[in-house]
Amino acid sequence: MEKFNAFIKNSFNKIRASLPANNNEKVNSFRQVAIENFLKKGLLLGKLENRDNFPIEKEISDDYEFQLQPTPYQPLDSIFKCKIKGIASNTFAFFNGWYLHSGNPITIFPNGMIIGSLIAAIECYPDLVFSRLGKHRLAGNNSLNALNEAFFTDGIFIYIPDNVVVEHPMQVVNLISSDQKLLVNNHNLIMVGKNSNFSLVYCNDSIHSENSFANNVTEIYIEENTIVNFCKMENKDAKSIMLEHVVVEQKSHSQFLSNAITFNAGYVRNQFHVTLAEPFAEARVNGLYLVDKKQVVDNHVFVNHAAPDCTSHQLYKGILDDEAIANFNGHILVSQDAQKTAAFQTNRNITLTDEAKITTKPFLEIYADDVQCSHGATVGQLNDTEMFYLRSRGICERNARMLLMYAFAVEVTSFIDIINLRSRLNEMIQRRLKGELSLCDQCFLNCSDRKNFSFEIDVSLL
Amino acid sequence: MLLKIEDLCVSIKGKEILKEFNLEINRGEVHAIMGPNGTGKSTLASVIAGKDIYDVTSGKIIYKDRNLLEMSVEDRAREGIFIGFQYPVEIPGVSMNTFMKTAINEIRQYRHEEPLTAAQFLKLMEEKKKVVELTAKLSNRSVNEGFSGGEKKKNEIFQMAMLNPELSILDETDSGLDIDALRVVANGVTHLRSENNAIVVITHYQRLLDYIIPDKVHVLYDGKIVKTGNKELALELEEKGYDWVKQEYERKKELQNGKI
Ligand SMILES: Nc1ncnc2c1ncn2[C@@H]1O[C@H](COP(=O)(O)OP(=O)(O)O)[C@@H](O)[C@H]1O
Ligand SMILES: [Mg+2]
Repeated sequence: MEKFNAFIKNSFNKIRASLPANNNEKVNSFRQVAIENFLKKGLLLGKLENRDNFPIEKEISDDYEFQLQPTPYQPLDSIFKCKIKGIASNTFAFFNGWYLHSGNPITIFPNGMIIGSLIAAIECYPDLVFSRLGKHRLAGNNSLNALNEAFFTDGIFIYIPDNVVVEHPMQVVNLISSDQKLLVNNHNLIMVGKNSNFSLVYCNDSIHSENSFANNVTEIYIEENTIVNFCKMENKDAKSIMLEHVVVEQKSHSQFLSNAITFNAGYVRNQFHVTLAEPFAEARVNGLYLVDKKQVVDNHVFVNHAAPDCTSHQLYKGILDDEAIANFNGHILVSQDAQKTAAFQTNRNITLTDEAKITTKPFLEIYADDVQCSHGATVGQLNDTEMFYLRSRGICERNARMLLMYAFAVEVTSFIDIINLRSRLNEMIQRRLKGELSLCDQCFLNCSDRKNFSFEIDVSLL
Repeated sequence: MLLKIEDLCVSIKGKEILKEFNLEINRGEVHAIMGPNGTGKSTLASVIAGKDIYDVTSGKIIYKDRNLLEMSVEDRAREGIFIGFQYPVEIPGVSMNTFMKTAINEIRQYRHEEPLTAAQFLKLMEEKKKVVELTAKLSNRSVNEGFSGGEKKKNEIFQMAMLNPELSILDETDSGLDIDALRVVANGVTHLRSENNAIVVITHYQRLLDYIIPDKVHVLYDGKIVKTGNKELALELEEKGYDWVKQEYERKKELQNGKI
């Protein structure tokens, strides 16, 4: 990793003056603090849990390129077929770390919502942005975040004012496609005011980007009484590396529901860091990973109960085929004042082969005495008795397996209230299990064009 | 002949369960198999269904002139074999609708028939639910999940009605049912009885046989059928228990051994 750190140091000196918003004092010092933090620690991959299982160090090289200019504008449709029909009302896209737009980097909605490029927002709404940007550092910093903050080119900025209920989810697509070996840092900032309700579908895709390295940070601040639904999906190339850190801070009576769904990965690391900062906040941090071949997925969840009367649930489920590797690390911290905490964690895995590897590690750190906490982890195969029962009614082995895997997987999505979104996700899960998703050369959301297959589970009836 | 079992020997984990078991069943017949617990009644059903935890050490099962033991579990079902299990399994997350629709359409595909449309399927569901007086909405209920014992048994008969099998083996479908549920199950079975189909009921009680008059009643003991009679035999067994059959069998065995 020495070489990588030296590479980063050199690169920063070389390109710092070309990074976006380089005329902004605050941004410059933000980057400066970040690079210093990074260089102090270096890329702390050595500290990753169970690293023996993860050959990521071998995959990270020291010859990445940084794309310092946006690619000339092309409509998203022309490069990427993504259709969440009737689900997302608006789609915002990033291409190799740059906001994709035709002259309008920021959209202001009639209800006061502001959505668009973070770099543009820094210019137009500096006070709003700097009231929060990087605040998560207080909540625990790490070197990957520092790397992101030093180099970020752009990211989505979302501001939802108080008392706004956004009926349809919004969508953000992070797309990487390049002949070069790109290191892309997106930094997202999402601020949701009081008594509001907001849903975001956040997709990370790559097309023809074999060796890209994405290192994203998403900060989400949720005010009192507000509900935020965050659905995050990955469908990545086999050789791409994607590290994503989502940092969430919740005020009183707020609700946060996240689903981190990994359909295909090279190496994907999803890290959620949720702080329940005020009483009666509720977090449900869920995840699903369906991986095969030599894919690696690494889920880290840290739920920080910093205030009393808060509730958190973690439900992570995975199906691993071939030689896929998964890791789950769930950490629940209950601070001394966080009395009447209820915190639950479940991680369940199905391995379809002997070669698939799963490591699951719960970690409960509890300093309050009046708490209700539980954790459970299982690794198993499909249930023989259930398989037999299905087959004894005429269902072939393949479809019986499908039905059971599907049933296993959709427990995770069952917590999503937005019916359209849930059924579209379930459709994708089904396609992934049938081995079709990985065949789609582009977006996995591009389902509507595909031919019907002879066997279909009727999702609408489930 | 629909089913012919010849000198079937089955063991599990080295323990012999069925020993030179023989049975012949024709279309249109109803057979009852009775016998003490642990004698291998469920084993017989499972071997016919194709459960692979049992070792068939010798013997033959011929079904519709084919070697049943060479057929996959699903092909047996597609060829018309249905087992009403003694302990139906719960499958969380798989709805009854999906389960039945998948099963029916796979069976139809096997027979080179067009799949049912959604409307045809729903109509069939409603029709067959009536057979077992199932009122619950099944569409979003997981297979057997949270079903009471009686509901699970009714659900087996419901599936039987949906799949319209040629050979049904109902393994203690009447156990643990109250009188009402028993009547429902029995009516369901009677409804499905036809010249073309055969039904085997494995039971401890003759009360089911009041509704479903069997052509033959067999007693399974020591791995084989040791006595065969008609409905009267079931009555007699319920009154007197199995001891006399056992004694009769042991005496016969001693005699045979003596002769050798
Ligand atoms: N999975 C198993 N493992 C070991 N022994 C078994 C298993 N299943 C059945 N047996 C044995 O096989 C014998 C027959 O069982 P079973 O067919 O269930 O009897 P019945 O249905 O007549 O009550 C019993 O002695 C039982 O203990
Ligand atoms: Mg039994």
